[in-house]
Amino acid sequence: MNTSVIRKESAIFTRRGVVKAGLGVGAAGLLTPIGAPWVWAKDYPSMGTYPAGVQGKSVFAAGLFPLTGPYAAMGHDEQRGFELVVEHLNNGSKVTEAVPSLKKGGGVLGKKIEAGVADTETKPNPAVQAATRFITENKAMVMTSSVSSAVAVALDELGQRKKVISMAATTASNATTGKNCERFGFRLMGDNYMLCQALAPVLAKQLGHNLKAAYLVPDYTFGTSLYNSLTAAFKKYGWTVATEQLAPLGTTDFTSYLLDIANSGADVMFNETAGADSVTSTKQAIQFGIMKKMKYVLPLFSGFAGKELGPEVLEGLYGTEPWWWGEEETFPLAKYFVADFEKKYNYKPRFPAANAYNSIIMWADAVERAGTFYPPEVIKALESGYKVDTIAGKVWFRAADHQGVYPVPVLQGKSKAEMKGPEDFFKTVELVPGEQLMEPIDQTGCHMPAVDAA
Amino acid sequence: MPSTPLLLSQAFSGFAFGTLLALMSSGLTIIFGTLGFVNFAHGAMFMLGAYAAFVVLVETHSFIAALLAGAAVLLVVSVVLERGLLRFFYARPPEDQLLVTFGLSVMLIEGVRFFFGSDSQRVSPPPWGEGIVNFWGLFYYPLYRVEAIGIAAAFLLALYLLLYHTSLGLMVRAGIEDRLMVGLLGIDVRRMFLIVFAVGAIAAGVAGVIFAPFSAVIPDMGTPFLVQAFVVVVIGGLGSFGGAVVGGLLVGELLSLTTAFDPAYSQASIYAVMTLVLVLRPRGLFGKVGRI
Repeated sequence: MNTSVIRKESAIFTRRGVVKAGLGVGAAGLLTPIGAPWVWAKDYPSMGTYPAGVQGKSVFAAGLFPLTGPYAAMGHDEQRGFELVVEHLNNGSKVTEAVPSLKKGGGVLGKKIEAGVADTETKPNPAVQAATRFITENKAMVMTSSVSSAVAVALDELGQRKKVISMAATTASNATTGKNCERFGFRLMGDNYMLCQALAPVLAKQLGHNLKAAYLVPDYTFGTSLYNSLTAAFKKYGWTVATEQLAPLGTTDFTSYLLDIANSGADVMFNETAGADSVTSTKQAIQFGIMKKMKYVLPLFSGFAGKELGPEVLEGLYGTEPWWWGEEETFPLAKYFVADFEKKYNYKPRFPAANAYNSIIMWADAVERAGTFYPPEVIKALESGYKVDTIAGKVWFRAADHQGVYPVPVLQGKSKAEMKGPEDFFKTVELVPGEQLMEPIDQTGCHMPAVDAA
Repeated sequence: MPSTPLLLSQAFSGFAFGTLLALMSSGLTIIFGTLGFVNFAHGAMFMLGAYAAFVVLVETHSFIAALLAGAAVLLVVSVVLERGLLRFFYARPPEDQLLVTFGLSVMLIEGVRFFFGSDSQRVSPPPWGEGIVNFWGLFYYPLYRVEAIGIAAAFLLALYLLLYHTSLGLMVRAGIEDRLMVGLLGIDVRRMFLIVFAVGAIAAGVAGVIFAPFSAVIPDMGTPFLVQAFVVVVIGGLGSFGGAVVGGLLVGELLSLTTAFDPAYSQASIYAVMTLVLVLRPRGLFGKVGRI
């Protein structure tokens, strides 16, 4: 890319902008700080939606969520977390007041955040189409997305190509910050590797060593990545694979997979499915008597697993979530977040909401610290290892692969009698700090592309 | 090569799923045959049946009540929709009819989402459906699924008796062959349309009730079924009740048996067979030439 030409063009552009802004101020007869961002803009060439996306009074943030299909419940939760963070950044809140860079409120760098949301249908193609529209028409400066790693990977790639920062919210596949890592893509929540590293010691202690495990695996990047992470994490404890059953996303009849698992001689079944698929497969596993035959583990509890399956099914089951609202007992900011969310939406936020909320907080903080929306500077601020106080404690990104250093709660389903409220489905067995869980960087497969790489 | 017990149980599974699909598709096919349009809201009606079951089960814990409620809700919904909306579209071009039922489908799904949310509702099998049946030591199967075949088959039988052993059925079948002529003979076509639409919708709703304990009950749950029911109707022949039953069982078996070999091909297999049928016998297995 010939940057010097771009620099020249943008200088002209910026001079015009300054004149225009100056006229605006003159006409109003007031000296307002409207012109201030132009001072910053002057220093940077145009890139992606910059500076087009920061010329108005607001900047656009795009949310790409699965609002229909098997992950719709989590998608709506994610959308609500996204809307709440925009509200908090614009109007202030107890959470944003605790972050030094966001204390003053009124949006980010004095610009209100305008939010747009589209349905991904849980598929990469519609997601990329909607995101492209937000980028070209609305000049989106940031996007957050997902509850499907296939979508997250596609949008991070789009972000790299279009030079727009992609803060993928809910994606567990290791590939998102592994072999598919992008300079413009950041993933805050713990990935499959981290979830499994947190789960394995607890489960091995509770269930024992040298067990045979059967796996029900969703047949796409998330499922295979979770399978690899589980088998790797449990190998240490002598666990072996009895059978691996790959089922397509959106399967309605799990009979053949469940029968193979029932006949595999396994001691433990890992059900890796998520969302509605997790409900369907668990219901069918109960009907086939699998839960009586072997130990049943939902390594990654779905966002609404508690409500959808009920304590009768979940009691005693172990698993993890990328974030659980019970963390409010540990982190003061989580308490504020849960309270504000519940006030607005009448239920406790689940991890998709927390992920979208926190990812945008990380972006906003980085923009404030960089003092500009210019993507390479924001990326530098995100990569700096600066620890931000959030609803999941102090968290930061690892520069090498853009994986968040994020705590993982290992949970166990409560019995009906143990529940202190209608949504108190899990007790936290252990809240494992992110630092202890990170995959060694040379194992991630991430070759971080340069800012200007396509 | 999968083991014999697995193949047997998959064949049985295909039969169970096939009877449900047959029930759903027979509703779709008689509506198409009589009213002349494709009901894109049929999947949403399947879903409404499942939600009716959920609400009634929470209140009464009676599965029989849930089945009746599923039928009753769809009766009311279909009468309101036919009288209030769809009848104005009988004379309109096919693309308008397609759009109105498609739009209706979206509204029903999003309406349910508005009131119940996107998360799955809990519907368990009835107490008399808990347990496992052992088939001669060859394979075993959840009791409820065995019973579900019986329930779906009973409704299919009722539908058959209605269509082939009542004067109403005679009119409906005559209407499928030649709508204009039936009208000219002085039969109240309007009333017949209403009844057929209601019967078709109830078939979808009942299928939804029966299916609810198998699966997650979410607003989108009918969508994959609608697509499969279309395939059934095309394979069986448009407007043919027998075609819907045979096609339903065929598609059920195809989906289940291919899964035993390779799940990745299970969806593709039904489209492959549909294509084959369209090439070799465009009117479908039981369709008649010249029928709409």
